[in-house]
Amino acid sequence: MSKIHVTTTVNGDATEFLCDPRETLLDVLRDRLSLTGAKEGCGTGDCGACSVTVDGRLISSCLMLAAEAEGKEIGTVEGIATGEELHPLQRKFIEHAALQCGVCTPGILVAVKNLLERDPDPTEQQVRYWLAGNLCRCTGYDKIIRAVMDAAAEMRGAA
Amino acid sequence: MALDEYTEQTGGPADEIRSEFTKVGTSPDRPDGIDKVTGRARFGADAYAPGMLHGVIVRSPHAHARIVSIDTSRAEAAPGVKAVVTRADFADGQSGEDWAVMENVMAGDTALYDGHAVAALAATSLLEARDAARLIEVEYQILPHVTDVDEAMKDGAPVIREGAADNSVPAGMHPNVVRYHSSGHGDVDQGFAEADLVIEDHFVTAATHQGYIEPHACLATMGGDGRAELWCCTQGHWNVQKLCAATVGIEQSKLRVTASEIGGGFGGKTTVFVEPVALALSRKANKPVKVVMTRSEVFRASGPTASTSMDVKIGMKKDGTMTAARGVFRCQGGAFPGAPMEFTSMCAFAPYALKHVSQIGYDVMTNRPKQAAYRAPGSPMAAFAVESVVDELCNKLGLDPIEVRLKNASRMGTKASFGPTWDRIGLVETLEEAKAHPHFSAPLAPGAGRGISCGFWFNHGGETSVTMAMSEDGSAQLMVGTPDIGGSRASMALMAAEELGIPYENVRVTVADTASLGYNEVSHGSRVTYASGLATIQAARDTVRKLCARAAAKWGIDEDAVTWQDGCAVPSGPNAGDFDPLPIDRICRVMGRTGGPIVGHYEATPEGAGVSFATHIVDAEVDRETGATKVTRYTVVQDAGKAIHPTYVEGQFQGGAAQGIGWALNEEYVYGPDGRLQNAGFLDYRIPVASDLPMIDTVIVEVPNPGHPYGVRGVGETSICPPLAAIANAVSNAAGVRMRQLPMRPSRVLEALEDQD
Ligand code: FES
Ligand code: FES
Repeated sequence: MSKIHVTTTVNGDATEFLCDPRETLLDVLRDRLSLTGAKEGCGTGDCGACSVTVDGRLISSCLMLAAEAEGKEIGTVEGIATGEELHPLQRKFIEHAALQCGVCTPGILVAVKNLLERDPDPTEQQVRYWLAGNLCRCTGYDKIIRAVMDAAAEMRGAA
Repeated sequence: MALDEYTEQTGGPADEIRSEFTKVGTSPDRPDGIDKVTGRARFGADAYAPGMLHGVIVRSPHAHARIVSIDTSRAEAAPGVKAVVTRADFADGQSGEDWAVMENVMAGDTALYDGHAVAALAATSLLEARDAARLIEVEYQILPHVTDVDEAMKDGAPVIREGAADNSVPAGMHPNVVRYHSSGHGDVDQGFAEADLVIEDHFVTAATHQGYIEPHACLATMGGDGRAELWCCTQGHWNVQKLCAATVGIEQSKLRVTASEIGGGFGGKTTVFVEPVALALSRKANKPVKVVMTRSEVFRASGPTASTSMDVKIGMKKDGTMTAARGVFRCQGGAFPGAPMEFTSMCAFAPYALKHVSQIGYDVMTNRPKQAAYRAPGSPMAAFAVESVVDELCNKLGLDPIEVRLKNASRMGTKASFGPTWDRIGLVETLEEAKAHPHFSAPLAPGAGRGISCGFWFNHGGETSVTMAMSEDGSAQLMVGTPDIGGSRASMALMAAEELGIPYENVRVTVADTASLGYNEVSHGSRVTYASGLATIQAARDTVRKLCARAAAKWGIDEDAVTWQDGCAVPSGPNAGDFDPLPIDRICRVMGRTGGPIVGHYEATPEGAGVSFATHIVDAEVDRETGATKVTRYTVVQDAGKAIHPTYVEGQFQGGAAQGIGWALNEEYVYGPDGRLQNAGFLDYRIPVASDLPMIDTVIVEVPNPGHPYGVRGVGETSICPPLAAIANAVSNAAGVRMRQLPMRPSRVLEALEDQD
């Protein structure tokens, strides 16, 4: 089957790739662009491990065809830190031990960063509902929520 | 861990239990933290190799069917396909568990459950592989099936496999009953006669899945010379090496297994599923092959836990004294022997000092996937049944649930329900802490209920090797063989730094591959911090002895006259001589000239388990219109022996509680009348999401384990033992009706409420 040529931006870098019409954005990020931070936990939009942003909107990259990325700006976990410097959310996740195995962490970081860009001062309940599409089997979410609230407070203070 | 592996604690190792620490007990950032928050950490599916093929497995759509024929010719001719394998491409002649694993990895004559692998192929792309897999034609002769544990024991039930039972099974049982356990002491009938109230009830729990977010994944490379490399997400790569060698038919040493970062396991990644298949495909195609399970394959074909049917009977006096207890536990573990019924039996009454106690377990086969260990295998179900009956007795006799448990609690010196005499244990301490916790005395909202439960789990030692190599600058490289599932690198580094007296940052912990270190048993039985930790401490002490010897040689004094303090060799007293402390980096800098590399080892099988107990308190609200339950407050009190990294200990407590909440309220394997799994995805198999749960409070109790140099008890598993019962008690108390079947999904709660009206 002939491949489709796609021009896009990933974490600020202009990027081109060829893909099969059936490949998902997640397949291409991982298998063609070597961005394996996004994980496939289910492939059906139920776990959030593949969360990325497309033009600033949070999506499950397993549900989007790669060809649809034409002209779009993609954000993945690899783009959250600025060079060596971790994003406050990343620092707080380590500090609060908000990860155990860490396989859900990339998707959760992408999701909560997107939340804080929309609402820098969410309530605990808002964070819990925003994250309801991101499964974590290890932590019971307690420390994740605390890390998000703490990072949000720090970011508000810094702003 | 097998039943006979539990050994009584004998007062611990030669060293005294250490209680003063400078680093242990703090919670520094984990060494792999940055990798895991930046996406850099490499998990099972994150490995790629030049020329790599993608493997796909064809699975039976039938619960039970004879495989008449498999025609692979069309698939072999399909674009991109490089290899197709069936059972004929694997070794034969295995026995025991190796045979069961072989049969489960790739069916022989008969598909034993919906999802059972029957063939596999590898192609240059995943899409091509998936397309070609549809071209494999399997002709099945459908056989009668059974998926329910009680049905499988009845006369006339379809037989999964004749002759599968071992000689523990009493004569006259259905051939699906394959193992039997009986233990206890005293005379239960006499005990029941002494009681003022006896309650006997029937309880049922559904099979649940470990639910790790990372599906099984591996990358295998095998050449024509039989040498192979395997990268996979596993809790135990030495076990993977052994099982793959047996199924693929090569010597163990020809296969080097490297453990990737692991995206959760909870017991489910202690065996193999796709790894032998990837190796067989790689051997045939002579190229690297990657196999990654889909989520639906994870549910259909990797290990869920056992489902159970249980009868529990307990007698109590008016003052709360338990007079006798009896339990019958029927556990279904899929189409192979191995349901953890002996643990269910042994854990059931472990929290109680009972004069008369009896427990019986049955391991029953059905047409379901082969069960795999799940966090404290077997114990949560037993606690559900037993602690529900205890709660009912307390309610009927008007007694306080914590006082009753305190009155009957197992303590040091009492005889455990399954035989040994308890050494130092912390059950009473967890109960006292729970009683004193503000949660226990907080007023309840109208319509809410509160539940209490205790829980028990062994913790396992097991074969362990650890190597500590000193660098010339005085930093240490620690090689362990137990994959880091939840921050264990941090705990190991803390213990090593504590012994060596160097900064935590100066210890690098590596999970070594099977070619680089001696044998290590899998990361299970909460053994990592306990056994690998013990091994780390001993390897560090071995290193310190060698460091002291170098100082002794330099000073020209006896080795015994040197001790180790704060990272320096020092003369052990005025008689040893007057020398300035010799710091670790100065000893290591010259090690090449003073006798060569300094490397400490530990290779042994730590005996004796650091058993642990927990008490959980739960508040729940039940919506009487919809039957939906909301857990509104949750407190975990657990004995950790000694918390090495307290924040990660809390995390283990919270994670176990959350999994327990899912098990209690939502999660279940649902089989249709056709014997097929109806809910093989996260949408229909609903694990708790962030908006389902409250914050989970934790209290770490520290009653030192006499079998560990720092007093550590494993913490990972005990936390899932009490939740099923604690939540069931909360829901029953809120709804005013006893819930005896899990999960307590809304429809089931509604039915119970309607029956009550
Ligand atoms: S992998 Fe995309 S939501 Fe699970
Ligand atoms: S930390 Fe393991 S799934 Fe979230």
